[in-house]
Amino acid sequence: MSVVATKQEVVDKYLRLYKNNIDEINTYGADFLNNKRQEAFDEFKEKGFPHKKNERYKYTFLQPFFEYDYKSNFSPNTYQVNLDEIFKCDIPELDTYTVLTLNGNYYTRNNPAESLPKNVVVTSMQEASQKYPELLKKHFDKYAQKHEEGLVAFNTMFSQDGIFVHVPKNVVLDKPLQIINVALSERDLLINHRNLIVMDENSQANIVVCDHTLCFRRYLTNSVTEFYLGDNANLEYNKIQNENNESIQIGHTYVHQEQNSYSRFNTITLHGGLVRNNLNIRLLGENAESQAQGLFLTDRKQHVDNYTNIEHVKPHCQSTQLYKGILDDQATGAFNGKIHVYPDAQKTVAYQTNNNIQLTDDAKMHSKPTLEIYADDVKCSHGATSGQLDEKAMFYLRSRGIKYEEARFLLLYAFADEIISKISVEPLQMRIHELVDRRLRGELSRCHNCQITCD
Amino acid sequence: MLKIKELYVTINDQEILKGINLEVNPGELHAIMGPNGSGKSTLASVLAGREEVNVTSGSIEYNGEDLLEMDPEERAHKGVFLGFQYPVEIPGVSMVNFMKTAVNEQRKQRGMEELSASDFLKLMREKSEFVGLKNNLTNRAVNEGFSGGEKKRNEIFQMAMLDPALSILDETDSGLDIDALKAVANGVNKLKRKDNATVVITHYQRLLDYIIPDFVHVLYKGKIVKSSDKSLALELEEKGYDWLEKEVEV
Repeated sequence: MSVVATKQEVVDKYLRLYKNNIDEINTYGADFLNNKRQEAFDEFKEKGFPHKKNERYKYTFLQPFFEYDYKSNFSPNTYQVNLDEIFKCDIPELDTYTVLTLNGNYYTRNNPAESLPKNVVVTSMQEASQKYPELLKKHFDKYAQKHEEGLVAFNTMFSQDGIFVHVPKNVVLDKPLQIINVALSERDLLINHRNLIVMDENSQANIVVCDHTLCFRRYLTNSVTEFYLGDNANLEYNKIQNENNESIQIGHTYVHQEQNSYSRFNTITLHGGLVRNNLNIRLLGENAESQAQGLFLTDRKQHVDNYTNIEHVKPHCQSTQLYKGILDDQATGAFNGKIHVYPDAQKTVAYQTNNNIQLTDDAKMHSKPTLEIYADDVKCSHGATSGQLDEKAMFYLRSRGIKYEEARFLLLYAFADEIISKISVEPLQMRIHELVDRRLRGELSRCHNCQITCD
Repeated sequence: MLKIKELYVTINDQEILKGINLEVNPGELHAIMGPNGSGKSTLASVLAGREEVNVTSGSIEYNGEDLLEMDPEERAHKGVFLGFQYPVEIPGVSMVNFMKTAVNEQRKQRGMEELSASDFLKLMREKSEFVGLKNNLTNRAVNEGFSGGEKKRNEIFQMAMLDPALSILDETDSGLDIDALKAVANGVNKLKRKDNATVVITHYQRLLDYIIPDFVHVLYKGKIVKSSDKSLALELEEKGYDWLEKEVEV
């Protein structure tokens, strides 16, 4: 029997889940998260899931995915797995500081502290709550806009842990920090994790985040990550999404940038059933710069929706957005991107571009650029294209003897490369090239073969 | 080598070519001239295999085979080359990668071994010098940001790389300054051999100051109305196409 749940019923289901498990959630939850739960509960009760009429969620209606019955595990210590035995990132020559999370919880056998540069902290939110209360007090839950986003409140109700990173003043992280989020469960699972990255004045880091599913189960991940970039801080953040086609991944990223800071966000979506990436960047100091890039490759019935909101609050800031998508079969996608220039933000330079290739008539792409400009001395532009492969270019290549399939591949690869080449971590860039290469040739491109570990 | 018989072609239901007959043999250089709209580019398109042209009757035989049955890439494998009137810009695909893929695919189809990376780069350097294409251009994306002259030199460069049996150069001379024109002509002359053939399609006589054709044909309203030796080109230059119009209609 299938009954379509009303919005309120779905919300009530999770309000009950919360009430029934609140003791256990708090027992194993980080203190700073525990302190916010009741407030988040009230917020979620009021807001619920994003409504169909919500402009920001125009092309992705998430509520039905929450109707599904997932398992929730609020006692993370009951996991007795040795991740090292079943999962290892196999990218050759990728030398990183590596930490893992397992179903949203910091994996207890992580031990990056030994090798990290002095005073750099990479740890769990739980430990950070104990050891660095002053940092959390200053930054935790300060950037996520929970009043505008019911799903952030939802995350705050349920998440118990996540990653905390602190790069102190003037420190340069000499190797990339790699965070591997692993989903592993024999039952369909709801995962909420909460992360905080604090980069003090004049610090520098490159962070690589890989999302993996190790079983072919349905996982719904709803994560919130907050960033603070102090004066002159420099961050490159590469997110590689490579999950199974049953999984649902909703990511909320909030970035607070002080003056002269620089951020580059590269989001590469190779696999995933439904992916929604929210990227909110606030440029709150003069001369701050943001570069946001995204690439997705979808086929079958996959759906990827990239939402961006770049807020120019102060003058003389720059932002560039470049998002691309390749859609095959019946895949659908959306780009919903906003540039918001505040009245004081004179001399803003902001560009936004969205290009998509639909390989079939059934593939659908929605592109919705929005400019809200309240200052008069700015340079802003946006442009979007969606279409088939360039027929003229195809003919040109074929007339030189390049076969149809190869010509198609060359053009798609070139299209994707514009984004991939922005990843400055070379071994990672090479791996992504390899995966995209295999994917475009119609071969399996999973970074890690998940079926092996789970029957 | 090439035998076109009573060829009728439409584009969007409009009849463009109305009974073309043309025979090209190895070692020959043909020039096809004609005013705008006479069907010159359509003829080039049919030979290269563009999809938008529709052959309604007639035949094209290439070395005894039916050319019209072949895909564009198959024609290339068998030695047909089209020099584009408007070379296409392909961002993100480097000249090196493009040419390497093309050369090796053609070699593969002809049962030859692929070129090694060093042999390939050597060939690339040699041929780019040959047409006066600066070597650094070869590292750039195909035609992207190339000037008009560079694009046309690039066509001749590709022709030199692929060493075709039959080259059809569609208005390769249009929009060129005198240096680029000489470079293009020089390339065509040097590539001429006893076992290959070239068909130059042009609006102006200018190119024929540097390339000496064995035959000149005038295409007018979809038909070849006059064929002769190179003196015809000079006559056209002198009298313009109007003269022909009168003569044909009489």
